[in-house]
Amino acid sequence: MTETSTALPEEDVLQQALNWKQDGKDVALATVVSTWGSAPRPAGSQLAIDETGNMSGSVSGGCVESAVIQEALDIMQSGESKLLEFGVSNDEAWEVGLACGGKIKVYVEKLN
Amino acid sequence: MQTELLKDLQDARRNKRQVVVATYLNSGEQSLLFPFETKEKSDLLEAARTALIGDKSSQTEIEGEPVFFNIFNPELRLFIVGAVHIAQNLVPMAVAAGYEVTVIDPRRSFGSEFRFPGVTLDNRWPDEFLADADADRRTAIVTLTHDAKLDDPALQHALRSEAFYIGALGSTRTREKRHQRLTREGFTEDDFKRIHGPIGLDIGAKSPAEIAISIIAEITAVLRKKLS
Repeated sequence: MTETSTALPEEDVLQQALNWKQDGKDVALATVVSTWGSAPRPAGSQLAIDETGNMSGSVSGGCVESAVIQEALDIMQSGESKLLEFGVSNDEAWEVGLACGGKIKVYVEKLN
Repeated sequence: MQTELLKDLQDARRNKRQVVVATYLNSGEQSLLFPFETKEKSDLLEAARTALIGDKSSQTEIEGEPVFFNIFNPELRLFIVGAVHIAQNLVPMAVAAGYEVTVIDPRRSFGSEFRFPGVTLDNRWPDEFLADADADRRTAIVTLTHDAKLDDPALQHALRSEAFYIGALGSTRTREKRHQRLTREGFTEDDFKRIHGPIGLDIGAKSPAEIAISIIAEITAVLRKKLS
């Protein structure tokens, strides 16, 4: 992280993705592109994943991350970007501290 | 995403440029957009500009194609000229609202670590500070000293910047005198109108804390386009 200047937050998801890539790892990036209802994280929220399943950031505050990681690992192999859709049920929404459910679309792409 | 594009994005963010990553969700095609740095006009740039102003990443249809605009606005900054009592109340409120705050006062007994623990202080004259600070479209500047020697040079610099909000403490009478001084310096009516004053929303604020609330409320209203 030597190159990161003070202008970026210490835990910057994109910088983490770039650092992994520069370390020679395969990296995928997941981005929330739309939300309905009380989705836990707003559009633009990002999660970076490396080939060993390390992650930085979040797209939902925990409820769909493991599914996203699975897809991300596949996408690192195939190279094909994908648009995933998740419904966050009331129960799961409750788990992440929300009173009602929501829906999110997540775009997952490989860092080439 | 191409690694080169990501590198360019990170450079742009470090340089506090307002940048958007546009992704065509069907084709995966991506580009970096700097809608405030070009005179070029297109639906794509217009949508990116709207997203930056609204401070919200969002998906829109461009020529029938779904495009996602991921926005990267630089951090909001607030420059407070005058390390006065109101400033002591304004700093924590501005920090809570997400601003990176700098308090500027060359009078060291005012702008001291003792009075502003943990706050970024600058003891240069306001005009020297502002000449270096590069106030941009995400910067608000307030002058609180009541002293024309300090406030005026700061306001002159502020008016030459793109700061989204400029506010000056002082009564209607003080404001009229300031108006005359700035006019003598060659500033126009439109320039002067950019200065909010008497500063703050009119909520009947009396104490320094209440005045700070009215200031942060006014800055918020301008940022979110409820006021011009």
